[in-house]
Amino acid sequence: MGINFDKALGIHEQALTLQSRRTALLANNLANADTPGYKAQDIDFRQALQQASKGQSNFALTRTDARHLNGQSRYLSSEAQYRVPLQPDTGDGNTVDPAIEQAAFAQAAVQYQTSLQFLGGKFRSLMTAIRGE
Amino acid sequence: MDLSNVMDIAGTALSAQSIRLNTTASNMANADSISSSIDQTYKARHPVFSAIQQAMNNEYGLGGVRVEGIVESQAPARPRYQPDHPMADEQGYVYQPNVNVVEEMANMISASRSYQTNVQVANTAKQLLVRTLQLGQ
Repeated sequence: MGINFDKALGIHEQALTLQSRRTALLANNLANADTPGYKAQDIDFRQALQQASKGQSNFALTRTDARHLNGQSRYLSSEAQYRVPLQPDTGDGNTVDPAIEQAAFAQAAVQYQTSLQFLGGKFRSLMTAIRGE
Repeated sequence: MDLSNVMDIAGTALSAQSIRLNTTASNMANADSISSSIDQTYKARHPVFSAIQQAMNNEYGLGGVRVEGIVESQAPARPRYQPDHPMADEQGYVYQPNVNVVEEMANMISASRSYQTNVQVANTAKQLLVRTLQLGQ
């Protein structure tokens, strides 16, 4: 009997990947806090996690024939959406609110660590099972 | 790994903001460097930021921010009537740069705040990376 890592590790692996992507997105918002015309982006985490746990690749077009081109675009991810700004007119078209982005970044970092803790626990219990102590 | 992208992104922001701090320092330093003709008068310089798209290899094609270029302010130089000044022209005018000191101070504070924020972002990403590497130990 082999260990099925997908079943053993549960949803935390996907959650970890998504959280790290979200931190990249939020870091990009913070980096562009002073860029004219930049629009802040974020992902709907619940929806993205549902997609990821079902194994759906984001924004992939359904291929009904083997000769169809693979319609997946790395740069047009369906996950990333523009944030609705609290203050629509900032004068230069930038919609980054540093306070909101910083809070979201801190939240994403904590959630990443949470997923990491859970994964660590899973690994520890696997090790315990293997050693049979 | 997206967390190393976070550090790259924060790094681009740090360099962009430090260029902004540099131009601000240059403007402030030259706020009083008067000259005898409009053409030779120092002009305030400001960086133009733009978002980097599709440059790096992460999921969303995000790469942070870059400085597109540094533009000189088109605001007119301020003439000052000072006939006894050694650099005054025939009409008795010296020309002050179009540096707005209040604007530059606000710029400096904004740039240093953004710099701090991005240092924190890079720091957090580093901590998360280190913890990820320690996973299972």
